Amino acid sequence: MNAFLADYLPIALFFVVAGALGGAMAVAAWLVAPQRPDPEKLSAYECGFAPFDDARGRFDVRFYLVAILFIIFDLEIAFLFPWAIALGDIGLYGFGSMMVFLALLTVGFVYEWRKGALEWE
Amino acid sequence: MAAPDLFFWLCSAVLMLSSVFVVSARSLVHAVFFLILAFLNAAGLFILLGAEFLGMMMLIVYVGAVAVLFLFVVMTLDTGRPGGSLRARLPAALAAGAILLLELAFVAVAGGPGGSPEPLPGGVSNTRALGRLIYTDYAALFELAGAILLVAMIGAIVLAHRYRPGVRRQNPVRQFGRRQGESIRLEDPAVGAGVSEQGR
Repeated sequence: MNAFLADYLPIALFFVVAGALGGAMAVAAWLVAPQRPDPEKLSAYECGFAPFDDARGRFDVRFYLVAILFIIFDLEIAFLFPWAIALGDIGLYGFGSMMVFLALLTVGFVYEWRKGALEWE
Repeated sequence: MAAPDLFFWLCSAVLMLSSVFVVSARSLVHAVFFLILAFLNAAGLFILLGAEFLGMMMLIVYVGAVAVLFLFVVMTLDTGRPGGSLRARLPAALAAGAILLLELAFVAVAGGPGGSPEPLPGGVSNTRALGRLIYTDYAALFELAGAILLVAMIGAIVLAHRYRPGVRRQNPVRQFGRRQGESIRLEDPAVGAGVSEQGR
């Protein structure tokens, strides 16, 4: 168990170094740089006039469709990882069950292609 | 204190703090970012438990995809917190929390189904052990997961996809089918005569 966790030591070191470096830069900027706060510095920059309205408008619902289709294929790939690792152990039955799974999702893929859900126009 | 213990306390503390910020943050976008932080720390806890595959899936699926979906939902909907005072929502929130606490207490007393499972059985890696089980012993559930994904895909298209007429789309077949003779005409007009438009 501890040998397994020791494999993650480089990642932990990476997080420590990245955090220390980022923190050092932020603190150094706070200590060294002159501080003259002004509300204009925080406002959105528009060339020559005051900003018309908030930048946080509503997005088109098509972004949501793309995101949900991405999640579904992401999950499909998540199932492929253990399958690829254990393929030598599970034999033809395991191979076949993954092929059925992929065929099911290919039906959905063909449907979304023919519906034009992948086109952005 | 050993290093794994230290990481356990660190991940748990950040996880719980960021969960509190998820429900108390003013802006919904900030709440989603705190949710991402909570997901990251949950992935750290899974890895500390030895459930390597679950931890990585937490990163790929939850941080990589679900959080992006939440961000899109937040930005597609009206921005700003939904209305209603805290007092009005408190009973429902307390009921949900009490149910979850009760379930956790049951698991803590009973120890879960069949005791606590071993994350690294028989010296093989966690992911390989999962792969040996999912596609053979649990093949029916696995195919059911595929069917659920199919339903989700079709449902998302039916609900959110709108065909817009009158949009000029690319037609790759026509694009590749073009030949030089159809698209280019070479002319050699006399000086001052110009090219006749008749051949078009």
